[in-house]
Amino acid sequence: MSNEHKAWERVANMLRSRSLWMLYYCTGCGAIELPPTMTSRFDMERLGIGPMATPRQADILLITGYLSTKTLRRVIYSYEQMQSPKYIVGFGSCTLNGGIYYDSYATINKLDLYVPVDLYLAGCMPRPEAIVSGFTALMSKIDKGEANGWKEYQEKNDWFKRNQIEALGEVYVHDEFHE
Amino acid sequence: MFMNIVITILSGIALLVVAFIFTVTLEGIARKIEARIQRRYGPPFWQNFIDIFKSLTKYSISHGFIFDFGILMALGGTIATVFFIPAGSLAVFPGIDNVFVVIYLLAIGLLGMAMSAVGSGNPNASIGIGRALAQMLGYELPFMIVILGVFFHHGTSSLSDLVSIQIAQGAYNVWLMPIGGVVAFVSLIGMLGKKPFDTFIAPAEIASGPLVEYSGKYLGMLMIQHAFATFIEIGLFVNLFLGGGRTLWEFLLKFLIVYFSIVIISATIPRFRVEQAIKFYWKWPLILSFVQVIIVVFVMGRR
Repeated sequence: MSNEHKAWERVANMLRSRSLWMLYYCTGCGAIELPPTMTSRFDMERLGIGPMATPRQADILLITGYLSTKTLRRVIYSYEQMQSPKYIVGFGSCTLNGGIYYDSYATINKLDLYVPVDLYLAGCMPRPEAIVSGFTALMSKIDKGEANGWKEYQEKNDWFKRNQIEALGEVYVHDEFHE
Repeated sequence: MFMNIVITILSGIALLVVAFIFTVTLEGIARKIEARIQRRYGPPFWQNFIDIFKSLTKYSISHGFIFDFGILMALGGTIATVFFIPAGSLAVFPGIDNVFVVIYLLAIGLLGMAMSAVGSGNPNASIGIGRALAQMLGYELPFMIVILGVFFHHGTSSLSDLVSIQIAQGAYNVWLMPIGGVVAFVSLIGMLGKKPFDTFIAPAEIASGPLVEYSGKYLGMLMIQHAFATFIEIGLFVNLFLGGGRTLWEFLLKFLIVYFSIVIISATIPRFRVEQAIKFYWKWPLILSFVQVIIVVFVMGRR
């Protein structure tokens, strides 16, 4: 990699770390911790983090709580609609190792097997303080150029796809609009 | 002759730079004001620059030729319109900056945006564009009627002529025609898509409407286009009703006051539904604009 390219990457990483738009995927529990994080008590916007309505515009995909296998399919579709560089934040213990649903037949235990996770916020539930400190950690990680989950997803795509198919049976993009 | 062309080009570039930096800074400060109204700390005032340049560094996805072409048409049309807004002493085309030129050129930008958004094939984008064009019918009608009264009274429709007339007579149009000024201000809120009239971008209902399929560089270009469109619309109001400015700084100060009063209003009022917005515009602002025009034509007469 040339020096010039490196300098450009450094500037880009600095910009990316200071403006993070987030798409919430709150089908599990834990969404209740986000309103205090966003509103006046903790005010996420002062770090440049804001909510975004669609996957196309978002940089972070925040996945809260347990994921049932049905919703995992939607997570994968949403993640593949997002544009690189993109980051996934796993929120709560359930995304780490299954949490209290570790022996459930309907949920997945390790999110990292199916999509690349850049940051875990452990806890059940992580309080807004933990969320803010986690996001500052993610920001410094992006700034240093270490949050490379999106590159990993391109390089090890076969491995991720194999795991996804093992859990779901099939993964294909179902284009409902143009049928 | 050659000198004139060089001066026109240089002042055009200067106007673009001033418009971009000033409007994006104001948008950042507006986010801060809105945050303080909600008792938050708010982002730094340069946050919108970071957002725009970050979007330009991202990868992006296209949805076909119409999608790409519409974006360029929107950005190009809007930048072309900026040249016709005199900013105090910084006027690129003094004498030929007619209001009708501004309105026609601005429509190119809006239609390019509409074409591009519908070209993405997303139903939310189509709903958003439908709402935006419906709302345009709502606010354009009272606004046009009021500014026709202004043209009738002053006998000209050139922006820089209107500015110099207002400065010469020492009374701004907003004092001469207060009802018309209020109507134009309410129309301006709808034009900018600020809070009571932001049904076409409604992020929680239709996933930010026309913007739904834009990613990365496309979104960055649209944010730049939005900054220029804000400059044009508020600049039009300042020039028509607040007498522009003798210097650039006077113009920018008036711009700032108008923009922040709109921001404060929009931070405290919830959103209308689309049919409520159009009903509102076609009821009170339309009646008041007719009242104003009748006063102008039969009481004040030609100047």
